[in-house]
Amino acid sequence: MTEASRPPQGPLAPSDDSLFPSAQGLEGENIAPNSVVGAVDDTHAAGLELKVRSQWSYARMRFFRHRLALIGLFGLVVIFGAGIFAGLISPYSYSEIDLNHIIQGPSLAHYFGTDALGRDQFTRVIWGIRTSMEVGVFVAVVSTFVGLVIGAVAGYYGGWLDNLLMRATDLVLTLPLLAILLTATALLGQGNQWRVSLILVFFFWTGIARVVRGIFLSLREKEYVEAAKASGAGDARLMFRHILPNTLGPIVVNATLAVGTAILVEAALSFLNFGIKPPTPSLGVLVSDAQANPNTPTGGIAWWLTIFPGLTIVVIVLCVNFVGDGLRDALDPTQRRMRA
Amino acid sequence: MLTYIVRRILYSIPVLFFSTFLSFIFVAYAGNPLAQLRSNPRFSQQTVDNMTHQLHLDLPVVQRYFLWLQDVFTHKLGNSLYTGQALWPQITRTMGHTAQFIIISEVLALILGVSIGIYSAIRQYSVFDYLFTSISFLGFAMPTFWLALLLQITFTDIFLHYNVRIFYTSGLNSLPGGPAWSWDRMQHLALPIATLCIISFALYSRYMRASMLDVINSDYVRTARAKGVSEWRVIMRHVFRNALIPITTVAALNFGALLGGAIVTETVFSLDGIGFFFIQSLQTLDLYAVMAYLLITAIAVVVFNLIADIAYGFLDPRIRYD
Repeated sequence: MTEASRPPQGPLAPSDDSLFPSAQGLEGENIAPNSVVGAVDDTHAAGLELKVRSQWSYARMRFFRHRLALIGLFGLVVIFGAGIFAGLISPYSYSEIDLNHIIQGPSLAHYFGTDALGRDQFTRVIWGIRTSMEVGVFVAVVSTFVGLVIGAVAGYYGGWLDNLLMRATDLVLTLPLLAILLTATALLGQGNQWRVSLILVFFFWTGIARVVRGIFLSLREKEYVEAAKASGAGDARLMFRHILPNTLGPIVVNATLAVGTAILVEAALSFLNFGIKPPTPSLGVLVSDAQANPNTPTGGIAWWLTIFPGLTIVVIVLCVNFVGDGLRDALDPTQRRMRA
Repeated sequence: MLTYIVRRILYSIPVLFFSTFLSFIFVAYAGNPLAQLRSNPRFSQQTVDNMTHQLHLDLPVVQRYFLWLQDVFTHKLGNSLYTGQALWPQITRTMGHTAQFIIISEVLALILGVSIGIYSAIRQYSVFDYLFTSISFLGFAMPTFWLALLLQITFTDIFLHYNVRIFYTSGLNSLPGGPAWSWDRMQHLALPIATLCIISFALYSRYMRASMLDVINSDYVRTARAKGVSEWRVIMRHVFRNALIPITTVAALNFGALLGGAIVTETVFSLDGIGFFFIQSLQTLDLYAVMAYLLITAIAVVVFNLIADIAYGFLDPRIRYD
């Protein structure tokens, strides 16, 4: 069985099929005016002027019609905005100890309650967002870049590099991802958020490389590439000017979804005490901290310490996935016409 | 077919070799399990040196890897570097516990996911469809450890407030070494099973829905409808059976993720499973125990992928192995 016939893995894998647009779809993009011709007919029939729109403006319009994607985008702007401006927004300092107010439930003074040292949980969650966001975006950007270059070269040239890439992905696929990451962080990365991020990159780039390789593999045989080659284009020009633009849709979608996955994995590692270590407040660290002091002085459970950081993770990842879905619908070249 | 299976098995041997080699180097460089003993005044430096020599910790890593490999085959995975106990009985014990709750949760998730996926596809864009689409979206966004904690907090809270014990929130049995199949064990396993089941359910229902919709829109289904086959028969005979094919692969490939989920779930619920065993061994840098876990799970993943490919070939006659 070939790799292509296997369903891809990932958080939103079910609809991932459309992530790998068929060769026809990709070919179609290069004879772009097709749909515009149709639109011209329609608008002429209606007696209207036609505005010439580029592929990207069509994509943008499709994206802004995707209601969930807009909700997701709005959510991300609010949450990541809070993370970026953590210093301005947070009502307390994240390490400020107040022993008069330990383990108090949510109130107007402390929206998310306080922890065993009287630190304000709301403030800590905001700083946690900042850390998790930095990890998620860093991992997505760097692993996409690495995966893009290696996937492109492997798909275009084939040969030993292609073999090496496929074997490397096989190696990563033989072991449960969480187990390898735990082993890797046990050696290299505990504590520092950038080291943890780099380790995540090391295991994340293979996914995008596989996608890019697949598209390059099918496109390098296409007539238009041959035509460009015949008119004297070099390898670099063929790869980056003619083939690469066709991979942008799936890459953007994959990179977006990788932000969510990276945040989830980082949280799991930190929760198991193999990721980022306190005092850096990441969302996983906060949940892990809550485990150490689960009870209030009166014997109840300090549920707010666990619930709020975890809920924040869920909301972030949900928003990221919505945006990713919206981008997928917007950038899928097989779906050119606007939805009526 | 047979040559294909043999070739796949032969091919997986070097992959296993390299992945265990890499992880061995990783863990070996992570630290010395005897470091604590060295700073412990009750052990003389001579004793620690002797132990170091006995455990081959003074040899080069590559040589130690081959000594480990030798132990795997001749001593059933060898002994723990930390406690000196044989690993095999610990692995089989913890593996049994993990298998028990993983299998139950997978079966439940498959039954629920497949049936709800089918119904969502038939009633596409209905309230039911939207409800379960939202639930599966939540499932994708939910960290496993947080879901486990959520269940744990809820049921602990019920116990603290109303003094009713519905489900236990840690351990395997109320008394150590209780029976494996008993009401008591199920009360302990219910929450871990629910955790993994919800996470897998999100995946399966989503895949099943997509795969059903794929098939429903195909030509031969239209033909079946056109020639007057009843809707029930169209769905059950023509659509369902074909839509089930991709699910086998998804379920098998999910196995690796499931083992990862088991690590987290067992840690939260303090279950004596193989994932919890792995975390504890990793914390003490018990190289041989960590390697035993990685080797066993790697073999399991390879076997499951192979089963998925073979099953796919049987179910879908269009696939030919050469």
